[in-house]
Amino acid sequence: MSFSYVVRRILLVFLVIWSAATLNFFIPKITPRNPIREKLLEQASRGGYIPPGFEDMVQSYEKRFGLDQPVWKQYLTYLNEMAHFNLGYSISNFPKTVPELIGQSIWWTIGLLSVTTILTFLIGTLLGALMAWQKSSFVIRNILPGILVLSAVPSFIVGLLLIYFVAFKWKLLPLGGAYDATKLPVFNASFVLEIIRYATLPALAFILTTAGGWAIGMRGMMVTVQGEDYMTFGEAKGLKDWRLFYKYAVRNALLPQVTGLAIAFSYIVGGSVLVEVIFRYPGLGTLLANAIRQLDYFLIYGIVFILTVAIGIAMFIIDMIYPLLDPRIAYEGN
Amino acid sequence: MAVQSLSAGAAKAPPSSPGTLKIIIGYLRRNWPLTIGLSIFVFFIVFSVVGSFYIDETAAYPLGAPASQPPSWEFPFGTDGQGRDLFAVAILGIWETLRIGVIAGIIGVGFGTLLGFSSAFFGGWYDVIVRWLVDVLLTVPGLLILIVIASSMDTKSFTLTRMALVIALTAWMGPTRVIRSQVLSMKENPYVMMARLNGMSNWGIIFRELMPNLLPYLGASLVGSVTGAIFASVGLPALGLGPLREPTIGVTIYWAMNQNALLRELWWWLMVPIVIIILMFVMLFMISAGLDELANPRVRRAE
Repeated sequence: MSFSYVVRRILLVFLVIWSAATLNFFIPKITPRNPIREKLLEQASRGGYIPPGFEDMVQSYEKRFGLDQPVWKQYLTYLNEMAHFNLGYSISNFPKTVPELIGQSIWWTIGLLSVTTILTFLIGTLLGALMAWQKSSFVIRNILPGILVLSAVPSFIVGLLLIYFVAFKWKLLPLGGAYDATKLPVFNASFVLEIIRYATLPALAFILTTAGGWAIGMRGMMVTVQGEDYMTFGEAKGLKDWRLFYKYAVRNALLPQVTGLAIAFSYIVGGSVLVEVIFRYPGLGTLLANAIRQLDYFLIYGIVFILTVAIGIAMFIIDMIYPLLDPRIAYEGN
Repeated sequence: MAVQSLSAGAAKAPPSSPGTLKIIIGYLRRNWPLTIGLSIFVFFIVFSVVGSFYIDETAAYPLGAPASQPPSWEFPFGTDGQGRDLFAVAILGIWETLRIGVIAGIIGVGFGTLLGFSSAFFGGWYDVIVRWLVDVLLTVPGLLILIVIASSMDTKSFTLTRMALVIALTAWMGPTRVIRSQVLSMKENPYVMMARLNGMSNWGIIFRELMPNLLPYLGASLVGSVTGAIFASVGLPALGLGPLREPTIGVTIYWAMNQNALLRELWWWLMVPIVIIILMFVMLFMISAGLDELANPRVRRAE
């Protein structure tokens, strides 16, 4: 693994995080909306009247958030705060800070996404490999590709269908949430099973819609690999089928798939927000939707920032694993 | 036989015109994904254009029809809990959703082509900056960028066209990357060298030599951008962002979820937009698979 490759990747992660922070800072600046004024106005009008001295209140709040400083100064302060993960207070749950709220929900998202992403990757890749394998059965080679169409449909739409049929009509699995909210969560085996039961439908929505993408990529690579000379040679040597399949074909076709995994993170996270919302899964996506509903800007920006940081780090990890999987690749050229 | 038909065609009209149509039909018969995709597209257009003559537009807005009616002769798709005729919503919504997708897609591909071409052609620092910009912005999920932008927009002046323009902001990175890499590999081809030796200008080479070869990729990029834009136009309203009064497919899903259509046993409220969205994405998937085959004969050989 060359030094410049690592430096380049680290630089990319920092640029990604920096650009997310910068977007969060400047987009609200160029729009006419004033979050603090709006929020105060909303609270004031809930009480039925707008108190005298409202403008003073807005100004004192703006001072507290440093909004009376020149923009470049605000920007530098902001970047410094972001670097320390000081994401500010939530407007709608005031005494609570944004990191506190994010900390409560991020583990649900990480748990759901990491398990489903790995499962989808394995299932999709294996299916794709089998679809291209000339010795597979007729069904796998010709019928299965039809379900690839599912990969065209957004996950949350398939999620809605699953909610309607599996949860609502047939009552096989819960409608939403992460565990039975009527019971106190106690950590034992049955609670873990319950979490798995509640996570099955959201996970299924992901697997059904994203496995196809991996299968398509893998099928393409397998077709190329099967034309290689070492495959013919292996077959001529009389190697067993499974050995040819796993050790000769799949292993070589797998590499571009791993690169794809790094690229796919941003799509996976984007799609997961909507899946969480429709299943009311208590992760970051649902938190984000609630923040949008309550115009809790600091929470919105905080979640977007954290999600981007998470994607950057996940990409970096995969980029670092990749050269270990494929020592042939020299990164100097790039 | 072949000679006969050829001469007959030549006698009637310029030789290419009947032949072109025949070639296109023959090709569509072989490339069935493209055929299915384009058929659904034509069906959508005909449905919304013809339908718009038969419906009263106000029926697609709340209280335009009696609430919560199941599908019947009078309301083929039923009505929702807030009194929208879902048939009218489908007719207007399909058109609006496709319009958002096409506007954002064309802007995205246009800008992406410009950036991709120029960065591949001129290289140097400019290319480095464009490449980093694309790499960075492709990493941040487009939906999240759009959430930040849309949540800070004024809800009252947030029209559907404005939403299309906002979505276009995240639609150019993919095309830029594809076009840049295609141009990079094409500009080393001998025919480009010949054109350059003949003294053709950079712009001449771009428009006369490279563009025609890029058309299938441009088409595929356009479909990709339109897909992303339609996803955003469904996803943003589902999160409660954008113009929530307009009868689009995404907005219908938002209200169906928001008003608990399922628990109120109004299954058609949710199923109508779901079926439309599935058809729409299958259409885009088929068209893109078809264009892929057109652009990349290697895929054809792999089958």
